[in-house]
Amino acid sequence: MSSHQPLGGKLINTQFVILAIFALIAAIFLAERFIFGLGSVTNLNNGYPWGIWIAIDVVIGTAFGCGGFVMAILVYIFNKGKYHPLVRPALMASLFGYSLGGMAVVLDLGRYWQVYNIFLPWYAQINSVMFEVALCVTAYTFVLWIEFTPVFLEKFGIENLRQKLEKVLFAVIALGVLLPMMHQSSLGTMILVAGFKLHPLWNTNLLPVLFLVSVAAMGYAIVTFEALLSSAGFKRPYDTTILNKLSGIMLVLLIGYMIMRFADLIMRGQLGLALAGDINGNMFIIENILFLIPIVILINPANRSKPRLLFIAAMSMLFAGAIFRINAYLVGFEPGGGWNYFPSVPELLVTLGIFSMEIMLYLIFVKRLPILHRVEA
Amino acid sequence: MTIKRRDFLKAMGGALAVGTTETQAFQREAKEMPPQAVGMLYDSTLCIGCKACVAACKQANDHPAEIIPEHQEWNEGTWDSAVDISGQTLNVIKSYQNGDLSQKDREINGFAFIKRHCLHCVDPSCVSVCPVSAMQKDPQTGIVSHNPDACIGCRYCVMGCPFSVPQFDYTTPFPQIHKCQFCNHLQAQGKLPACCDVCPTGASLFGDVRELKEEAKQRLAAQAGDSYEFQRGKLGGDRPSHVAEIPKYQQHLYGDKESGGTQVVYLAGVPFDKLGLPTNVPDYSYASISEGMQHTIYKGLIAPAALLSGLMFMAYRNRNSKDEEDKS
Repeated sequence: MSSHQPLGGKLINTQFVILAIFALIAAIFLAERFIFGLGSVTNLNNGYPWGIWIAIDVVIGTAFGCGGFVMAILVYIFNKGKYHPLVRPALMASLFGYSLGGMAVVLDLGRYWQVYNIFLPWYAQINSVMFEVALCVTAYTFVLWIEFTPVFLEKFGIENLRQKLEKVLFAVIALGVLLPMMHQSSLGTMILVAGFKLHPLWNTNLLPVLFLVSVAAMGYAIVTFEALLSSAGFKRPYDTTILNKLSGIMLVLLIGYMIMRFADLIMRGQLGLALAGDINGNMFIIENILFLIPIVILINPANRSKPRLLFIAAMSMLFAGAIFRINAYLVGFEPGGGWNYFPSVPELLVTLGIFSMEIMLYLIFVKRLPILHRVEA
Repeated sequence: MTIKRRDFLKAMGGALAVGTTETQAFQREAKEMPPQAVGMLYDSTLCIGCKACVAACKQANDHPAEIIPEHQEWNEGTWDSAVDISGQTLNVIKSYQNGDLSQKDREINGFAFIKRHCLHCVDPSCVSVCPVSAMQKDPQTGIVSHNPDACIGCRYCVMGCPFSVPQFDYTTPFPQIHKCQFCNHLQAQGKLPACCDVCPTGASLFGDVRELKEEAKQRLAAQAGDSYEFQRGKLGGDRPSHVAEIPKYQQHLYGDKESGGTQVVYLAGVPFDKLGLPTNVPDYSYASISEGMQHTIYKGLIAPAALLSGLMFMAYRNRNSKDEEDKS
């Protein structure tokens, strides 16, 4: 008997219809993009070749999808079985984060019809950070689907195959831990080549480390966020003891992150730029206040068992990680030459539509597949 | 196009920032100038702004004239008014203007021309970042070319080029990256790149990079006001030369060291940042940092492989204990 069960309930309700409308709007703008070119719907230009479809849909989207691998580290690598109930929902969020992130890349590619070139050995360019990211993200998306296959097999009662898969799953799980560590840090390395175009507040060789540590904290935050939200939304009891422990791990990661972030800025002598009063300085301050909020909340152990405060801490952590990425990819990116970029309304709506689709898939999956942990009555 | 004061200040701010970054431990070795590197010496003081090179470039590369919106009403395409490089313009002449514009090649109350296109870096970022080898540097001539059949349109080259050279076309459903490829199709026929071929004053001078740099250093070493014989077309070629006075040069050969060195080098009478060339680039390629970092972390995939085996071992060991837990 499985320890997981589908929630059941009606699929189509008001929320679902609203989400579907957002997804539909996105689809219409995407059709326009494919017929008339990227410039017809986006504000991209040759100074800012990457916009929010990369910075949010891909970089932040996959970061939000890091719940799966950080939970896998806890449960399968450090053998903390008590976190097991949170693994499947986390894995599922990762599945969507990565599948949609991968899809978003293709939407943004100028010559998408040649996207398979990246997998052709004679075109491979192993010095390219993007090459590594592309291969890792693709491989990890496959790994996630394999890791998730037991859910389908369980649902459709294919016990035999499920048991066979479980035997080799350890290797897949190991890959599923390694791959995100590789490409999530590389997403930081990726922008270092911008050199002087990247503002000193974000232009540091520690960027790959900062990306990796912050993404791990974001992983625990998204698991916490999602557990609290699904408990509230589906009227299930809160797993506060587990979340309590998780938030402790998040706190350690966050403190480590902040020490590295500020030590680096002080050593490079760039911290003063935070007070420059310009967009970069101000965005830096916002970014780091958002990083500080979860630290301030979680440093008091009593707060770690209060769902409300945990929720605020997790939300703030997610925003911190997201703003950090937007700052590093867009705000702090200053190509000069009079170029400007602010996302167009259609660009924003496409991003909104992609995230809506993610939530729709989440709702379909938890209601129809054995994902959430069985609640003892 | 005029280069604004604001941009200059921005560039200065950046320069200060770079000044504090030292070379990094994991930086990979700089790339060497290819054995038969060809290049261009652009001498801004010789340029008269006729834009014959812009027109010739369009002809040689089959690009249409670009008409800026303000000209749409009356300009029927006879005057190419491109203000910057773009998907239709691989090479452009821009101007610096200050005060009453009374003297050429003077910073205050003066003006100057600058030609912008690919600098054909010795250690190009675009080649380093391209995931599908669409950007290639010829191992002999050093020409950086682009292969649209490989390109997936990710625009990492646009983002990574310190000189903002690769141009992506956002206005078409089937776009392409455009950049100067130094007329390699003409060079293959033994001809000169179109811009150097038509330049009436020798401001754009083609040749062997090493010889061009020597030539540039001679010009820098000469006394302002001295007579000097300026060549046209190709350095050491058979075109008639012309004699003129040595102008007041900025004592710097741009591209000699910038970004690890470039095969297109510049001489000018006004500071290079005023001409829109980034002066805050270090004398190494940014690619040597990001590549070096990536290779240091991965060490030829040995590090990830080791980590993976460790992870597999842990996951395998814990698999059994989890099974027991599930059964209980």
